[in-house]
Amino acid sequence: MSAAGTTYYDRRGLLGTLGRDGLLQIILIANTILMLAPIVIMVFSAFKTTPQIFQSPFGIPDFGQVANFAKIWTETNFLRYLLNSFFVTGASMVLILTLGTMAAYAIGRYQFSGASFILMFFLAGLTLPLKLAIIPLFMLMRDLSILNNQLSLIFVYTAMGLPTTVFIMTGFIRTLPSELEDAARMDGASEARIMWSIMLPLVRPAMVIAGIQNVVPIWNDFFFPLVFIQNDDLKTLPQGLTTFMGEYTTDWGVLFSGLTLSAAPIVILYIVLSRQFIAGMTSGAVK
Amino acid sequence: MAQLSLRGIKKRFRNTEVLHGIDLEIGDREFVVFVGPSGCGKSTLLRLIAGLDPMTDGEFLLNGQRMNEVPPSRRGIAMVFQSYALYPHMDVYENMAFGARLMGLDKAEVERRIAETTRMLRLEELLQRKPRELSGGQRQRVAIGRALVRKPEVFLLDEPLSNLDAALRSEVRLEIARLHHDIGGTMIYVTHDQVEAMTLADKIVVMNAGRIEQVGSPRELYETPANTFVATFIGSPRMTLLDVTRKDERLAMADGGGGVAVGALPAGSAFRLGLRSDAVRLAKGQGEGFAGQVVYTEYLGDNAYVYVRLADGTLLAARTAPNDSFAPDETVTVTVNPASVHFFSAEDGRRLTPQAAE
Repeated sequence: MSAAGTTYYDRRGLLGTLGRDGLLQIILIANTILMLAPIVIMVFSAFKTTPQIFQSPFGIPDFGQVANFAKIWTETNFLRYLLNSFFVTGASMVLILTLGTMAAYAIGRYQFSGASFILMFFLAGLTLPLKLAIIPLFMLMRDLSILNNQLSLIFVYTAMGLPTTVFIMTGFIRTLPSELEDAARMDGASEARIMWSIMLPLVRPAMVIAGIQNVVPIWNDFFFPLVFIQNDDLKTLPQGLTTFMGEYTTDWGVLFSGLTLSAAPIVILYIVLSRQFIAGMTSGAVK
Repeated sequence: MAQLSLRGIKKRFRNTEVLHGIDLEIGDREFVVFVGPSGCGKSTLLRLIAGLDPMTDGEFLLNGQRMNEVPPSRRGIAMVFQSYALYPHMDVYENMAFGARLMGLDKAEVERRIAETTRMLRLEELLQRKPRELSGGQRQRVAIGRALVRKPEVFLLDEPLSNLDAALRSEVRLEIARLHHDIGGTMIYVTHDQVEAMTLADKIVVMNAGRIEQVGSPRELYETPANTFVATFIGSPRMTLLDVTRKDERLAMADGGGGVAVGALPAGSAFRLGLRSDAVRLAKGQGEGFAGQVVYTEYLGDNAYVYVRLADGTLLAARTAPNDSFAPDETVTVTVNPASVHFFSAEDGRRLTPQAAE
C-alpha cells in the first residue's frame, strides 16, 4: 500500500498537480449545487408573489416581503397542522425506535430457534409497498374505528419504519462485543438494566441513522393522511398545504412559503444530529 | 474463604462436547492457572465457573454450596475479560461504581471502596477519563480495579495479558502476582502462554481437547510431566520426543541407528524418550551417541540453543554454552545425561518410571 502510494506521488503529472482530490472536490461541489438548487429556489420563491415567480424564477427576492408567510399564518390552520405533524411523527418515531431496538437486541443477541426467521420476517417488510395495501388498510382502520384518527397514521408509519430499523439495529448490535454484556451480568445488572445502561448508549449512533432514515418520509408523507384523515383539525402539514393548490389556480408563493416552513424542522433536526449521523455511518467501517 | 469444587463438569454446544468431565479442587487463596492450546476449553470452563454459560452436566460447589443455579453476580466471583470489556461510555470512576452500586452498597461505601482500589492500582489521575483515553496497561488496571471493587472471593482472569505488548506484559504479570499476595483471594487465571503459567501459578491445570491432562505445581509439571502432551507443552524450547528401542542396556533409535547408554530403564522394549534441551550434550564429529546435523543456532546471550536434525528426522533442541559455535550442516553427536531423561509409553504417551537396574 505504502509502496504504491510512493510511486503515485513520484509521477505527478498535470492531473497529479491538480490532484485527484481536486477532481473529487469538483464533483462533490457540483453535486452539492444540484442538491441545494431546488431547496434554494423553494426558499427564494417563498418570498415572491406568483407573477414574480414566473417572471424571474431564479432571481433573488426581497427578503423583507413576508406577505406569503403572513397569509399562511392567517388563512390556514398552519400551527395546528404543524403540531399534528409533530405529534404523528414523534409518536411514530418513539414507537419505531423503542420496538425496533428491542426487537433487534433480541434477534442480535439471544440465541433462540426462529431468530433468523423473525429477522427475515421483518426484512420481508422492506420489500412490501404498503401503499399497495391501501384498500385493506382502509377497511382495517374502519373496522378498528380509527379512521379520521391520528392513531391510524401512527400504526401504519410504525409498521413501515420497523423493517429498516430492525435491519440497521440488528447489524449494529451484532458488532458490539458481547463481553460487555457478560461484564455487566457479572456486575449484577438485570437484562433490562443491561439494555438501558450499557447497550442503549452504545447503539445511539445507529438509532440516529434509523431515525433519520424514517423521520423524513414520515414527516413528508402525503398519501396516508389524504386517505385516512378528513377532519381539518387532524390534518398534517403536507396535507394541509394543499389548500393552496386549487384545481385551476395555485398560489405558488404561499405554497412555497408553507413548504419552507414545513421543511425547516427536519433540516434543523438533521443539522443537530449530523455529527452523530456521520459517526454512526463510519463507526462500522473504521475501527 | 473460597473453596471451589468442580465435579464431572461437561459442556456441550449443540452436538459438540467441548468439556468431557472436569474434576478439580481449588483451595483457598490459591493461584490456579488453566493453560492449554487454543480451543482446549479453558475459557469455556472459566465461563462456566463465572456462571455466564450454563453447564450441561456436573456440579460446581463454592465453599460446599451448589452454585449451578446461582446467577453470576451472586456467586461472589469477579471476572477480568480478555478485551477488558470496560463500558466505553462511562469514565473510569463510573466503570468501577457500576457494579458496586448494583450490589446495593450505600454511597459512602462505594466511594470508600473506589478510593481504596484506585490507591492500590494507582489510578487516581485517571478517574475522570473514558476508556478510549487510556493506554492498554491502564485499561488493564481499570478492568482489575472494577473486579476488586466488588470484593469478590474468587477472581477469574481470562488471558488478561494477551492484548499487551511484551514489555508491559512482564510488568503487569508482576503486578498481578503482587495483587494476589496483597488481597489474597483465590485467583483462576486462563492463558495459553506457558511462561505466564509457570511464573504465576501455585497450581497449574494443563488442559487439552476438553480434558485435564495434569494438575500440579510448576515444578511438578516440569520435572514429572504425566504424558507427552504436558511434557512438550511445558518448558521452552519444547522437549524433544524420540522413538527408541532397547538394545541390551543401551537405547537405539527406532530405525536401529546410533545408541546411547542410560541408567535405569522402564519395562518393555520400545518407548519414547523425552529430552529437554539441558539433558543433551553435543560433540562435533562422529562418535558414540545419536548422529545428527546442525540446522541452526539461537543465540540468547547467556546461552545458546542448537537445533539438530537427527537421522530419523526429529528436530532436537540442545542448550550449549554461548561461545560453542556450531555451523549449519555440521555433523554432531548427541549424548544424553541419564539422570534427566523422561520415558513415555510408545502407545499412549503416558509417563513410565524407570526401574532400578537389577
